[in-house]
Amino acid sequence: MLPRFWRKIKYRYNLIGTKCENCGRTFYPPRNLCPECRRKSSIVEVELGDTGVVLSYSVVHDAPESMKLERPYIVGLIRLDSGVVVTSQIVCDPEDVRIGMRVRAAFRRYGEDGEDGIIYYGTKFVPVEE
Amino acid sequence: MRRVAIIGVGMSRFGELWERSFRDIVISAGTEAIEDANLEGREIEAMYVGNMSGGRFLAQEHIAALIADYSGLASINIPSIRVEAGDASGGVALKEAYIAVASGIHDIVIAAGAEKVTDVGSAMEIMNSSIDQEWEAFHGATLASLYAMMARFHMHEYGSTEEDLAKISVKNHRNAVHNPKAQFRREISVEAVLSSPYVAEPLKVLDSAPISDGASVIILASEDVARKYTDTPVFIDSIVQSSDYFALQNREDVLEMRSVRVATRKALKLARCELRDIGVFEMHDSFTITEMLLYENVGIAEKGKGHELVREGEVELGGRTPVNPSGGLKACGHAVGATGIRQAAEIALQLRGDAGKRQVDAERGMVVNVGGTGATAVVSVFRR
Repeated sequence: MLPRFWRKIKYRYNLIGTKCENCGRTFYPPRNLCPECRRKSSIVEVELGDTGVVLSYSVVHDAPESMKLERPYIVGLIRLDSGVVVTSQIVCDPEDVRIGMRVRAAFRRYGEDGEDGIIYYGTKFVPVEE
Repeated sequence: MRRVAIIGVGMSRFGELWERSFRDIVISAGTEAIEDANLEGREIEAMYVGNMSGGRFLAQEHIAALIADYSGLASINIPSIRVEAGDASGGVALKEAYIAVASGIHDIVIAAGAEKVTDVGSAMEIMNSSIDQEWEAFHGATLASLYAMMARFHMHEYGSTEEDLAKISVKNHRNAVHNPKAQFRREISVEAVLSSPYVAEPLKVLDSAPISDGASVIILASEDVARKYTDTPVFIDSIVQSSDYFALQNREDVLEMRSVRVATRKALKLARCELRDIGVFEMHDSFTITEMLLYENVGIAEKGKGHELVREGEVELGGRTPVNPSGGLKACGHAVGATGIRQAAEIALQLRGDAGKRQVDAERGMVVNVGGTGATAVVSVFRR
């Protein structure tokens, strides 16, 4: 079984979003249509950069079956320096995570489809040493 | 458009109903509503059913016809339509039923909601399917953790505390003591909430609504028809559904539930009243933070001040804006697809004066039913 998100794998690994050149709004994940401009949309791909700050976070204890071995893990909303917000995991001690903490994107393993299955990779965020 | 009234309500007990099947709980709610409305049954012209995930909870699709059959309506061959909108499925089913009557297409319609969740192992994973699977759940986000991030942000920006949230749970449990259909008819303490294990920090087990079995049924009729069946019709003055960016990350402000704001504004306008005219509320407390954010987004609290309403006791049964006299999702139970109907049934009982020891004296009531983190909202105004 192919993972359902294989079509967007480029964007998942590289933090590439889309910008509407008509209104200037940028979205992640990428969209083919700007929700503000609709028919006037003029979509181009843009790199969103790999640094940002933690907008909010939660340490997850009650996790779905596929994530049970990772518990407790941190999910966060990261506001990238380009202004776009992404949902991702934050890799650090749960005691250390803070709102406003500077983070950087890193390529990390997310999970796998059983022992012989596909291994999923994607972006997670790690603290930036100040 | 014609005026639409509620002429009958019914609901099963909510909870872990191991001994009862999906069909059983639908029958008990349906029978109670039909008796309450004093109908024979064959006057019913159509049925709308809110159900989030029969396919995954029970491996049973084609739910609408099944429910119509087990409500005793197979012999009259009415159309039955299933509606899905995450945990706002019930609210949307009620809206569709309302439109069917208001438009003049049907005179008497059933709006039902039902969910059976305890027949499978992981109800939590199914609940999570109402968030974005590719861009939220893939990263390990759960419905609870998304609300937890909203809570964390509120605490950081506005100084609300875990204790404020705990008090919402305590209030809802206190109200449920007087609700014979509620799942948890017992009081809990702030300390008990605060010492319960974390689900997704800062939210704990006792900040979270249970995932329950249950069914609820409402019978709607046009005004002239309603008068033939009841002396205490409760009118639906408005019911408005709204949507928003699906994933939390795409919303400009994570504490701004625009679907709720837009639906509330339109619902009040259509009902030709102000928020201060509403005397009783049922709000979607899937988590304590959900209820607190609804205070702000509906407008009974200013932005960033939801916790002040809790501290001042305004949302208690004796307060100025009582919220969730039924016990809410937290204590009455959250039978997912049934919830929106169950909330409206509570307001109907309140406005009829049939709410027993949890009775609030109110002329108008409001229901707020939310799907996911707010991608769907249904807001409705009722009047006696």
